[in-house]
Amino acid sequence: MMLGFRTLFYKEVLRFWKVGFQTVAAPVLTALLYLLIFAHVLDENTRIHGVTYTAFLVPGLVMMSVLQNAFANSSSSLIQSKVTGSVVFVLLPPIAYGEFFLAYVLAALARGVVVGLGVLLMTLAFAPLQLAHPLWALAFAVLGGAMLGALGMIAGIWADKFDQLAAFQNFLIMPLTMLSGVFYSIHSLPPFWQQVSHFNPVFYMIDGFRYGFFGVSDAAPQQSLLVVSVCFAALTALTLALLKRGYKLRA
Amino acid sequence: MGTAVHFDRVAKRFGSLQALAGVSLEIAEGEFFGLLGPNGAGKTTLISCLAGLARPDAGSVRVLGRDVVADYREARRLLGVVPQELVFDPFFSVRETLRIQSGYFGIRNNDAWIDEILENLDLTAKADTNMRRLSGGMKRRVLVAQALVHRPPVIVLDEPTAGVDVELRQGLWEFIRRLNGEGHTIILTTHYLEEAETLCGRIGMLKQGQLVALDETASLLRQFSGHTLTLRLGQGGLPAALVPRLLSREGAVCRLRLAGFAELEQVLADLRQAGCGVADLKLDEPDLEEVFVRLMRGEVSREAVQP
Repeated sequence: MMLGFRTLFYKEVLRFWKVGFQTVAAPVLTALLYLLIFAHVLDENTRIHGVTYTAFLVPGLVMMSVLQNAFANSSSSLIQSKVTGSVVFVLLPPIAYGEFFLAYVLAALARGVVVGLGVLLMTLAFAPLQLAHPLWALAFAVLGGAMLGALGMIAGIWADKFDQLAAFQNFLIMPLTMLSGVFYSIHSLPPFWQQVSHFNPVFYMIDGFRYGFFGVSDAAPQQSLLVVSVCFAALTALTLALLKRGYKLRA
Repeated sequence: MGTAVHFDRVAKRFGSLQALAGVSLEIAEGEFFGLLGPNGAGKTTLISCLAGLARPDAGSVRVLGRDVVADYREARRLLGVVPQELVFDPFFSVRETLRIQSGYFGIRNNDAWIDEILENLDLTAKADTNMRRLSGGMKRRVLVAQALVHRPPVIVLDEPTAGVDVELRQGLWEFIRRLNGEGHTIILTTHYLEEAETLCGRIGMLKQGQLVALDETASLLRQFSGHTLTLRLGQGGLPAALVPRLLSREGAVCRLRLAGFAELEQVLADLRQAGCGVADLKLDEPDLEEVFVRLMRGEVSREAVQP
Protein backbone atom coordinates (compact mmCIF):
# COMPACT_ATOMS: atom_id res chain seq x y z
CA MET A 1 0.00 0.00 0.00
CA MET A 2 2.68 2.54 1.03
CA LEU A 3 0.49 5.60 0.27
CA GLY A 4 1.38 6.89 3.72
CA PHE A 5 5.06 6.81 2.82
CA ARG A 6 4.50 8.45 -0.57
CA THR A 7 2.40 11.22 0.93
CA LEU A 8 4.95 11.93 3.66
CA PHE A 9 7.75 11.98 1.09
CA TYR A 10 5.73 14.30 -1.16
CA LYS A 11 4.94 16.59 1.77
CA GLU A 12 8.62 16.73 2.80
CA VAL A 13 9.70 17.59 -0.75
CA LEU A 14 6.95 20.20 -1.07
CA ARG A 15 8.06 21.70 2.23
CA PHE A 16 11.52 22.63 0.96
CA TRP A 17 10.42 23.29 -2.61
CA LYS A 18 7.89 25.91 -1.52
CA VAL A 19 10.70 27.88 0.09
CA GLY A 20 13.21 27.00 -2.62
CA PHE A 21 14.83 30.40 -2.61
CA GLN A 22 16.07 29.70 0.88
CA THR A 23 16.58 25.93 0.64
CA VAL A 24 18.02 25.58 -2.89
CA ALA A 25 19.08 28.92 -4.34
CA ALA A 26 20.88 30.14 -1.21
CA PRO A 27 23.18 27.10 -0.79
CA VAL A 28 23.96 27.13 -4.52
CA LEU A 29 25.08 30.74 -4.18
CA THR A 30 27.19 29.92 -1.11
CA ALA A 31 29.01 27.15 -2.99
CA LEU A 32 29.56 29.48 -5.91
CA LEU A 33 31.13 32.10 -3.64
CA TYR A 34 33.59 29.49 -2.32
CA LEU A 35 34.49 28.61 -5.88
CA LEU A 36 35.02 32.23 -6.94
CA ILE A 37 37.19 33.09 -3.96
CA PHE A 38 39.37 29.97 -3.73
CA ALA A 39 39.73 29.65 -7.48
CA HIS A 40 40.80 33.26 -7.74
CA VAL A 41 43.47 32.84 -5.09
CA LEU A 42 44.77 29.39 -5.95
CA ASP A 43 43.96 28.44 -9.50
CA GLU A 44 47.06 29.74 -11.30
CA ASN A 45 49.68 28.01 -9.17
CA THR A 46 48.00 24.82 -8.02
CA ARG A 47 47.34 21.55 -9.74
CA ILE A 48 45.95 18.57 -7.83
CA HIS A 49 45.50 15.06 -9.26
CA GLY A 50 46.65 16.58 -12.55
CA VAL A 51 43.78 19.06 -12.88
CA THR A 52 43.48 22.77 -12.19
CA TYR A 53 42.49 23.79 -8.68
CA THR A 54 39.10 25.04 -9.89
CA ALA A 55 38.33 21.73 -11.58
CA PHE A 56 39.51 19.89 -8.45
CA LEU A 57 37.30 22.01 -6.22
CA VAL A 58 34.07 21.52 -8.19
CA PRO A 59 33.22 17.91 -7.16
CA GLY A 60 34.12 18.70 -3.55
CA LEU A 61 31.77 21.67 -3.46
CA VAL A 62 29.01 19.70 -5.15
CA MET A 63 29.32 16.84 -2.66
CA MET A 64 29.60 19.20 0.31
CA SER A 65 26.38 20.89 -0.81
CA VAL A 66 24.63 17.52 -1.17
CA LEU A 67 25.68 16.48 2.33
CA GLN A 68 24.99 19.73 4.16
CA ASN A 69 21.59 20.19 2.55
CA ALA A 70 20.50 16.61 3.09
CA PHE A 71 21.33 17.05 6.77
CA ALA A 72 19.62 20.44 6.93
CA ASN A 73 16.42 19.12 5.36
CA SER A 74 15.54 16.25 7.66
CA SER A 75 16.87 17.93 10.81
CA SER A 76 15.11 21.25 10.29
CA SER A 77 11.85 19.63 9.27
CA LEU A 78 11.77 17.50 12.42
CA ILE A 79 12.85 20.18 14.87
CA GLN A 80 10.42 22.67 13.34
CA SER A 81 7.45 20.33 13.59
CA LYS A 82 8.47 19.33 17.11
CA VAL A 83 8.79 22.92 18.31
CA THR A 84 5.51 24.03 16.68
CA GLY A 85 3.73 20.82 17.67
CA SER A 86 2.65 19.95 14.13
CA VAL A 87 4.62 16.69 14.46
CA VAL A 88 1.35 15.17 15.77
CA PHE A 89 0.06 15.17 12.19
CA VAL A 90 2.64 12.53 11.27
CA LEU A 91 2.50 10.71 14.62
CA LEU A 92 -1.27 10.11 14.69
CA PRO A 93 -1.61 8.34 11.31
CA PRO A 94 -0.86 4.65 10.76
CA ILE A 95 2.56 5.26 9.18
CA ALA A 96 5.01 2.47 10.00
CA TYR A 97 8.35 3.69 11.34
CA GLY A 98 10.19 2.19 8.36
CA GLU A 99 8.04 4.26 5.99
CA PHE A 100 8.64 7.27 8.20
CA PHE A 101 12.41 6.80 7.97
CA LEU A 102 12.37 6.26 4.22
CA ALA A 103 10.21 9.33 3.55
CA TYR A 104 12.44 11.70 5.52
CA VAL A 105 15.72 10.26 4.21
CA LEU A 106 14.63 10.26 0.57
CA ALA A 107 13.28 13.82 0.81
CA ALA A 108 16.58 14.88 2.39
CA LEU A 109 18.45 13.14 -0.43
CA ALA A 110 16.19 14.86 -2.97
CA ARG A 111 17.07 18.29 -1.60
CA GLY A 112 20.78 17.38 -1.47
CA VAL A 113 20.74 16.21 -5.08
CA VAL A 114 18.77 19.23 -6.32
CA VAL A 115 21.22 21.61 -4.63
CA GLY A 116 24.20 19.52 -5.83
CA LEU A 117 22.97 19.61 -9.42
CA GLY A 118 22.42 23.35 -9.09
CA VAL A 119 26.00 23.83 -7.94
CA LEU A 120 27.30 21.58 -10.72
CA LEU A 121 25.38 23.53 -13.37
CA MET A 122 26.64 26.89 -12.12
CA THR A 123 30.26 25.70 -12.02
CA LEU A 124 30.16 24.61 -15.66
CA ALA A 125 30.92 28.22 -16.45
CA PHE A 126 34.23 28.00 -14.59
CA ALA A 127 35.63 24.56 -15.31
CA PRO A 128 34.95 21.98 -18.02
CA LEU A 129 33.03 18.97 -16.76
CA GLN A 130 34.80 15.62 -16.59
CA LEU A 131 32.92 12.53 -15.54
CA ALA A 132 35.30 9.58 -15.73
CA HIS A 133 33.07 7.18 -13.79
CA PRO A 134 29.56 8.64 -13.45
CA LEU A 135 28.18 5.58 -11.63
CA TRP A 136 30.78 5.88 -8.90
CA ALA A 137 29.90 9.56 -8.51
CA LEU A 138 26.20 8.69 -8.35
CA ALA A 139 26.76 5.94 -5.80
CA PHE A 140 28.64 8.27 -3.45
CA ALA A 141 26.13 11.10 -3.89
CA VAL A 142 23.20 8.81 -3.09
CA LEU A 143 24.82 6.99 -0.18
CA GLY A 144 26.36 10.14 1.29
CA GLY A 145 23.16 12.19 0.93
CA ALA A 146 21.08 9.41 2.47
CA MET A 147 23.54 9.02 5.32
CA LEU A 148 23.46 12.73 6.17
CA GLY A 149 19.66 12.62 5.82
CA ALA A 150 19.60 9.88 8.45
CA LEU A 151 22.02 11.82 10.64
CA GLY A 152 19.73 14.83 10.26
CA MET A 153 16.82 12.73 11.49
CA ILE A 154 18.79 11.69 14.55
CA ALA A 155 19.76 15.31 15.27
CA GLY A 156 16.19 16.53 14.69
CA ILE A 157 14.75 13.84 16.96
CA TRP A 158 17.36 14.43 19.67
CA ALA A 159 17.30 18.24 19.76
CA ASP A 160 14.59 19.91 21.82
CA LYS A 161 15.44 23.42 20.76
CA PHE A 162 16.78 25.16 17.67
CA ASP A 163 20.05 26.11 19.38
CA GLN A 164 20.81 22.47 20.20
CA LEU A 165 20.38 21.63 16.55
CA ALA A 166 22.55 24.61 15.58
CA ALA A 167 25.27 23.28 17.89
CA PHE A 168 25.05 19.86 16.25
CA GLN A 169 25.35 21.52 12.86
CA ASN A 170 28.14 23.96 13.72
CA PHE A 171 30.30 21.73 15.88
CA LEU A 172 29.88 18.40 14.14
CA ILE A 173 28.57 18.66 10.58
CA MET A 174 30.50 21.80 9.55
CA PRO A 175 33.95 20.62 10.77
CA LEU A 176 33.39 17.12 9.37
CA THR A 177 32.51 18.47 5.93
CA MET A 178 34.97 21.39 5.81
CA LEU A 179 37.89 19.21 6.95
CA SER A 180 37.08 16.33 4.64
CA GLY A 181 39.26 17.31 1.71
CA VAL A 182 36.75 19.47 -0.12
CA PHE A 183 39.35 22.21 -0.50
CA TYR A 184 42.55 20.17 -0.60
CA SER A 185 43.96 16.73 -1.23
CA ILE A 186 44.76 15.17 2.12
CA HIS A 187 48.15 14.18 0.70
CA SER A 188 49.11 17.82 1.08
CA LEU A 189 48.54 17.54 4.86
CA PRO A 190 51.20 16.65 7.48
CA PRO A 191 51.15 12.88 8.19
CA PHE A 192 49.34 13.29 11.53
CA TRP A 193 46.41 15.14 9.98
CA GLN A 194 46.35 12.69 7.10
CA GLN A 195 45.81 9.96 9.68
CA VAL A 196 43.07 11.97 11.43
CA SER A 197 41.30 12.55 8.12
CA HIS A 198 40.99 8.81 7.64
CA PHE A 199 38.67 8.69 10.66
CA ASN A 200 36.31 11.20 9.05
CA PRO A 201 33.65 9.33 7.07
CA VAL A 202 32.94 12.47 5.05
CA PHE A 203 36.48 12.30 3.66
CA TYR A 204 35.59 9.00 1.94
CA MET A 205 32.40 10.47 0.49
CA ILE A 206 34.19 13.47 -1.00
CA ASP A 207 37.15 11.41 -2.16
CA GLY A 208 34.99 8.70 -3.71
CA PHE A 209 32.75 11.25 -5.38
CA ARG A 210 35.80 12.99 -6.82
CA TYR A 211 37.06 9.65 -8.15
CA GLY A 212 33.88 9.56 -10.23
CA PHE A 213 34.96 12.79 -11.87
CA PHE A 214 38.70 12.36 -12.42
CA GLY A 215 39.34 8.66 -11.93
CA VAL A 216 42.00 9.61 -9.35
CA SER A 217 41.59 9.67 -5.57
CA ASP A 218 43.43 9.67 -2.24
CA ALA A 219 41.86 6.38 -1.11
CA ALA A 220 40.76 3.43 -3.23
CA PRO A 221 37.10 3.98 -4.26
CA GLN A 222 36.16 0.44 -3.22
CA GLN A 223 37.46 1.14 0.27
CA SER A 224 35.60 4.45 0.39
CA LEU A 225 32.38 2.83 -0.73
CA LEU A 226 32.71 0.20 1.96
CA VAL A 227 33.31 2.80 4.69
CA VAL A 228 30.37 4.93 3.56
CA SER A 229 28.07 1.90 3.25
CA VAL A 230 28.95 0.65 6.73
CA CYS A 231 28.40 4.12 8.24
CA PHE A 232 25.07 4.46 6.45
CA ALA A 233 23.94 1.03 7.62
CA ALA A 234 24.89 1.87 11.22
CA LEU A 235 23.05 5.20 11.18
CA THR A 236 20.02 3.56 9.56
CA ALA A 237 19.91 0.95 12.30
CA LEU A 238 20.21 3.64 14.98
CA THR A 239 17.52 5.86 13.46
CA LEU A 240 15.12 2.95 13.06
CA ALA A 241 15.73 1.93 16.67
CA LEU A 242 14.98 5.47 17.88
CA LEU A 243 11.81 5.64 15.79
CA LYS A 244 10.65 2.22 16.96
CA ARG A 245 11.09 3.27 20.58
CA GLY A 246 9.44 6.60 19.87
CA TYR A 247 12.46 8.31 21.44
CA LYS A 248 11.58 11.97 22.15
CA LEU A 249 8.70 11.75 19.70
CA ARG A 250 6.26 9.68 21.72
CA ALA A 251 6.27 10.27 25.50
CA MET B 1 -23.11 -2.50 21.18
CA GLY B 2 -19.45 -3.42 21.44
CA THR B 3 -16.71 -1.59 23.25
CA ALA B 4 -15.23 1.34 21.32
CA VAL B 5 -12.39 2.13 23.69
CA HIS B 6 -11.10 0.05 26.56
CA PHE B 7 -8.56 1.47 29.01
CA ASP B 8 -7.29 -1.32 31.23
CA ARG B 9 -5.39 -0.23 34.37
CA VAL B 10 -3.44 2.39 32.45
CA ALA B 11 -0.57 3.91 34.44
CA LYS B 12 1.86 6.57 33.32
CA ARG B 13 4.55 8.39 35.25
CA PHE B 14 6.53 11.46 34.16
CA GLY B 15 9.53 11.67 36.48
CA SER B 16 8.11 12.02 39.97
CA LEU B 17 4.63 12.86 38.70
CA GLN B 18 2.14 10.00 38.60
CA ALA B 19 0.07 11.29 35.68
CA LEU B 20 -2.17 8.23 35.52
CA ALA B 21 -2.54 5.88 38.46
CA GLY B 22 -4.19 2.83 36.91
CA VAL B 23 -7.23 4.10 35.03
CA SER B 24 -9.76 1.53 33.84
CA LEU B 25 -12.59 2.71 31.66
CA GLU B 26 -14.79 1.25 28.95
CA ILE B 27 -16.56 3.42 26.42
CA ALA B 28 -19.25 1.77 24.31
CA GLU B 29 -19.71 2.17 20.59
CA GLY B 30 -21.93 5.12 19.76
CA GLU B 31 -21.46 6.87 23.10
CA PHE B 32 -20.92 10.60 23.52
CA PHE B 33 -18.52 10.45 26.45
CA GLY B 34 -17.17 13.35 28.45
CA LEU B 35 -13.83 13.25 30.22
CA LEU B 36 -13.56 16.01 32.81
CA GLY B 37 -11.04 17.06 35.38
CA PRO B 38 -8.97 20.05 36.43
CA ASN B 39 -5.71 20.92 34.68
CA GLY B 40 -3.10 18.29 35.38
CA ALA B 41 -5.65 15.60 36.24
CA GLY B 42 -4.36 13.37 33.45
CA LYS B 43 -7.00 13.88 30.74
CA THR B 44 -4.56 14.69 27.97
CA THR B 45 -2.15 11.95 29.11
CA LEU B 46 -4.98 9.44 28.90
CA ILE B 47 -5.88 10.68 25.41
CA SER B 48 -2.18 10.54 24.43
CA CYS B 49 -1.98 6.90 25.52
CA LEU B 50 -5.04 6.18 23.41
CA ALA B 51 -3.62 8.00 20.38
CA GLY B 52 -0.13 6.48 20.61
CA LEU B 53 1.48 9.83 21.43
CA ALA B 54 2.50 8.42 24.81
CA ARG B 55 3.13 4.86 25.91
CA PRO B 56 1.64 3.64 29.18
CA ASP B 57 4.09 2.27 31.75
CA ALA B 58 1.53 -0.36 32.62
CA GLY B 59 -1.88 -1.43 31.40
CA SER B 60 -3.26 -1.46 27.90
CA VAL B 61 -5.57 0.50 25.62
CA ARG B 62 -7.69 -0.98 22.86
CA VAL B 63 -9.69 0.74 20.14
CA LEU B 64 -12.49 -1.50 18.85
CA GLY B 65 -10.48 -4.45 20.07
CA ARG B 66 -7.16 -3.35 18.54
CA ASP B 67 -4.28 -2.82 20.94
CA VAL B 68 -2.78 0.65 20.40
CA VAL B 69 0.80 -0.65 20.81
CA ALA B 70 0.82 -4.16 19.33
CA ASP B 71 -1.65 -3.34 16.54
CA TYR B 72 -0.92 0.37 16.26
CA ARG B 73 -1.60 0.79 12.56
CA GLU B 74 -5.11 -0.63 12.70
CA ALA B 75 -5.87 1.15 16.00
CA ARG B 76 -4.82 4.53 14.57
CA ARG B 77 -6.94 3.99 11.48
CA LEU B 78 -10.00 3.65 13.72
CA LEU B 79 -9.22 6.82 15.65
CA GLY B 80 -9.52 10.52 14.83
CA VAL B 81 -7.89 12.86 17.32
CA VAL B 82 -8.28 16.61 17.58
CA PRO B 83 -5.24 17.71 19.59
CA GLN B 84 -5.50 20.32 22.29
CA GLU B 85 -2.69 22.59 21.09
CA LEU B 86 -3.53 24.89 18.21
CA VAL B 87 -1.00 23.47 15.76
CA PHE B 88 -0.74 23.78 11.99
CA ASP B 89 1.71 23.30 9.15
CA PRO B 90 2.50 26.78 7.83
CA PHE B 91 3.58 25.58 4.38
CA PHE B 92 0.17 24.49 3.14
CA SER B 93 -3.34 25.65 2.34
CA VAL B 94 -6.40 24.17 4.07
CA ARG B 95 -7.13 21.83 1.18
CA GLU B 96 -3.51 20.73 0.83
CA THR B 97 -3.42 20.04 4.56
CA LEU B 98 -6.49 17.82 4.33
CA ARG B 99 -5.30 16.00 1.20
CA ILE B 100 -1.95 15.28 2.81
CA GLN B 101 -3.65 14.05 5.97
CA SER B 102 -5.85 11.75 3.85
CA GLY B 103 -2.73 10.35 2.19
CA TYR B 104 -1.15 9.60 5.57
CA PHE B 105 -4.16 7.40 6.26
CA GLY B 106 -3.81 5.68 2.91
CA ILE B 107 -6.79 7.41 1.29
CA ARG B 108 -6.52 8.91 -2.20
CA ASN B 109 -9.13 10.95 -4.09
CA ASN B 110 -10.81 12.07 -0.92
CA ASP B 111 -12.05 15.42 -2.25
CA ALA B 112 -15.78 14.69 -2.05
CA TRP B 113 -15.54 13.96 1.68
CA ILE B 114 -13.08 16.83 2.21
CA ASP B 115 -15.59 19.20 0.59
CA GLU B 116 -18.33 17.89 2.85
CA ILE B 117 -16.22 18.40 5.96
CA LEU B 118 -15.26 21.91 4.85
CA GLU B 119 -18.91 22.74 4.23
CA ASN B 120 -19.97 21.47 7.64
CA LEU B 121 -17.23 23.36 9.42
CA ASP B 122 -17.93 26.52 7.46
CA LEU B 123 -14.47 26.49 5.87
CA THR B 124 -15.38 26.24 2.18
CA ALA B 125 -14.47 29.85 1.48
CA LYS B 126 -11.05 29.31 3.07
CA ALA B 127 -10.19 26.05 1.27
CA ASP B 128 -7.31 27.56 -0.70
CA THR B 129 -6.06 29.93 2.01
CA ASN B 130 -2.67 29.27 3.57
CA MET B 131 -2.93 27.98 7.14
CA ARG B 132 -0.85 30.89 8.38
CA ARG B 133 -3.54 33.37 7.37
CA LEU B 134 -6.40 31.76 9.27
CA SER B 135 -7.77 33.05 12.57
CA GLY B 136 -7.38 30.94 15.70
CA GLY B 137 -10.96 29.70 15.53
CA MET B 138 -10.54 28.65 11.91
CA LYS B 139 -7.28 26.84 12.61
CA ARG B 140 -9.12 24.98 15.35
CA ARG B 141 -11.79 23.91 12.86
CA VAL B 142 -9.12 22.71 10.42
CA LEU B 143 -7.77 20.54 13.24
CA VAL B 144 -11.23 19.03 13.58
CA ALA B 145 -11.36 18.51 9.81
CA GLN B 146 -7.93 16.81 9.85
CA ALA B 147 -9.15 14.36 12.48
CA LEU B 148 -12.12 13.41 10.29
CA VAL B 149 -10.50 12.86 6.85
CA HIS B 150 -10.43 9.09 7.28
CA ARG B 151 -13.97 8.84 8.71
CA PRO B 152 -12.80 7.33 11.98
CA PRO B 153 -15.43 5.38 13.96
CA VAL B 154 -13.98 6.80 17.19
CA ILE B 155 -13.44 10.57 17.42
CA VAL B 156 -11.52 12.18 20.26
CA LEU B 157 -11.81 15.91 20.86
CA ASP B 158 -9.34 17.31 23.38
CA GLU B 159 -10.62 20.75 24.43
CA PRO B 160 -11.95 21.46 20.94
CA THR B 161 -13.77 24.71 21.65
CA ALA B 162 -11.03 26.66 23.40
CA GLY B 163 -10.77 29.93 21.49
CA VAL B 164 -13.71 29.22 19.19
CA ASP B 165 -16.43 31.85 19.29
CA VAL B 166 -19.97 31.00 20.33
CA GLU B 167 -21.58 30.90 16.92
CA LEU B 168 -18.94 28.60 15.48
CA ARG B 169 -19.05 26.46 18.59
CA GLN B 170 -22.73 25.81 17.92
CA GLY B 171 -21.97 24.82 14.33
CA LEU B 172 -19.18 22.53 15.44
CA TRP B 173 -21.39 20.76 17.98
CA GLU B 174 -24.19 20.37 15.48
CA PHE B 175 -21.76 18.57 13.16
CA ILE B 176 -20.27 16.41 15.92
CA ARG B 177 -23.76 15.50 17.13
CA ARG B 178 -24.72 14.46 13.65
CA LEU B 179 -21.62 12.24 13.42
CA ASN B 180 -22.56 10.76 16.79
CA GLY B 181 -26.09 10.17 15.45
CA GLU B 182 -24.57 8.31 12.50
CA GLY B 183 -22.87 5.94 14.91
CA HIS B 184 -19.47 7.54 15.57
CA THR B 185 -18.26 7.26 19.13
CA ILE B 186 -17.29 10.65 20.55
CA ILE B 187 -14.90 11.25 23.42
CA LEU B 188 -14.71 14.83 24.59
CA THR B 189 -12.54 16.58 27.11
CA THR B 190 -13.55 20.11 27.90
CA HIS B 191 -13.31 22.84 30.47
CA TYR B 192 -16.78 24.05 29.60
CA LEU B 193 -18.92 22.01 31.96
CA GLU B 194 -22.09 23.29 30.36
CA GLU B 195 -20.99 21.75 27.08
CA ALA B 196 -20.33 18.41 28.71
CA GLU B 197 -23.67 18.57 30.47
CA THR B 198 -25.66 19.18 27.31
CA LEU B 199 -23.68 16.93 24.96
CA CYS B 200 -22.41 13.94 26.88
CA GLY B 201 -24.53 10.94 27.76
CA ARG B 202 -21.94 9.71 30.23
CA ILE B 203 -19.18 11.42 32.11
CA GLY B 204 -15.95 10.35 33.75
CA MET B 205 -14.08 12.67 36.07
CA LEU B 206 -10.35 12.44 36.63
CA LYS B 207 -8.49 13.79 39.62
CA GLN B 208 -4.75 13.31 40.15
CA GLY B 209 -4.60 10.50 37.64
CA GLN B 210 -7.54 8.58 39.06
CA LEU B 211 -11.09 8.18 37.92
CA VAL B 212 -13.19 9.67 40.76
CA ALA B 213 -16.58 9.55 39.09
CA LEU B 214 -18.12 7.63 36.23
CA ASP B 215 -21.82 7.67 35.50
CA GLU B 216 -24.53 8.82 33.16
CA THR B 217 -24.71 12.57 33.16
CA ALA B 218 -28.30 12.66 34.45
CA SER B 219 -27.64 10.31 37.32
CA LEU B 220 -24.41 12.07 38.22
CA LEU B 221 -26.41 15.27 38.53
CA ARG B 222 -29.14 13.57 40.54
CA GLN B 223 -26.67 11.91 42.85
CA PHE B 224 -24.32 14.73 43.69
CA SER B 225 -26.16 17.88 43.03
CA GLY B 226 -29.54 19.10 44.10
CA HIS B 227 -31.68 22.09 43.42
CA THR B 228 -30.57 25.28 45.07
CA LEU B 229 -33.24 27.51 46.49
CA THR B 230 -32.36 31.16 46.94
CA LEU B 231 -34.64 33.09 49.30
CA ARG B 232 -34.81 36.72 50.29
CA LEU B 233 -36.50 36.76 53.66
CA GLY B 234 -38.98 39.56 54.22
CA GLN B 235 -39.34 39.29 57.97
CA GLY B 236 -38.07 37.07 60.76
CA GLY B 237 -35.05 34.77 60.79
CA LEU B 238 -34.57 31.47 59.09
CA PRO B 239 -36.62 28.79 60.90
CA ALA B 240 -34.51 26.32 62.87
CA ALA B 241 -35.90 23.43 60.80
CA LEU B 242 -34.23 24.86 57.69
CA VAL B 243 -30.77 25.61 59.12
CA PRO B 244 -29.33 22.19 58.15
CA ARG B 245 -30.11 23.02 54.50
CA LEU B 246 -28.30 26.31 54.58
CA LEU B 247 -25.51 26.62 52.01
CA SER B 248 -24.71 30.28 52.43
CA ARG B 249 -26.22 33.44 53.83
CA GLU B 250 -25.69 37.08 53.01
CA GLY B 251 -27.94 39.35 55.03
CA ALA B 252 -31.50 38.43 54.20
CA VAL B 253 -30.52 36.25 51.25
CA CYS B 254 -30.23 32.55 52.08
CA ARG B 255 -29.24 29.71 49.77
CA LEU B 256 -30.69 26.36 50.70
CA ARG B 257 -30.00 22.93 49.30
CA LEU B 258 -32.89 20.74 48.21
CA ALA B 259 -32.34 17.10 47.35
CA GLY B 260 -35.10 17.33 44.80
CA PHE B 261 -37.89 19.43 43.50
CA ALA B 262 -40.42 17.69 45.77
CA GLU B 263 -38.83 19.11 48.91
CA LEU B 264 -39.85 22.62 47.95
CA GLU B 265 -43.32 22.14 49.40
CA GLN B 266 -41.94 21.14 52.81
CA VAL B 267 -39.58 24.13 52.87
CA LEU B 268 -42.42 26.53 52.11
CA ALA B 269 -44.55 24.91 54.81
CA ASP B 270 -41.75 25.36 57.34
CA LEU B 271 -41.45 29.02 56.42
CA ARG B 272 -45.18 29.61 56.70
CA GLN B 273 -45.34 27.85 60.04
CA ALA B 274 -42.54 30.03 61.43
CA GLY B 275 -44.27 33.13 60.11
CA CYS B 276 -41.44 34.08 57.77
CA GLY B 277 -42.30 36.31 54.85
CA VAL B 278 -40.54 35.65 51.54
CA ALA B 279 -39.67 38.70 49.46
CA ASP B 280 -38.09 36.80 46.58
CA LEU B 281 -37.49 33.20 45.59
CA LYS B 282 -35.44 31.49 42.94
CA LEU B 283 -34.96 27.79 42.22
CA ASP B 284 -31.80 26.65 40.37
CA GLU B 285 -31.47 23.39 38.47
CA PRO B 286 -28.72 21.01 39.46
CA ASP B 287 -25.60 21.59 37.38
CA LEU B 288 -22.44 19.77 36.57
CA GLU B 289 -20.26 22.55 37.89
CA GLU B 290 -21.46 21.91 41.41
CA VAL B 291 -20.88 18.16 41.05
CA PHE B 292 -17.44 18.88 39.68
CA VAL B 293 -16.47 21.30 42.41
CA ARG B 294 -17.71 18.99 45.16
CA LEU B 295 -15.89 15.99 43.73
CA MET B 296 -12.66 17.88 43.24
CA ARG B 297 -12.79 19.26 46.77
CA GLY B 298 -13.15 15.71 47.98
CA GLU B 299 -16.56 16.30 49.57
CA VAL B 300 -17.76 13.06 48.08
CA SER B 301 -15.89 9.90 48.93
CA ARG B 302 -14.42 7.94 46.06
CA GLU B 303 -16.15 4.75 47.09
CA ALA B 304 -19.52 6.37 46.64
CA VAL B 305 -18.92 6.92 42.96
CA GLN B 306 -17.16 3.75 41.90
CA PRO B 307 -18.81 2.31 38.84
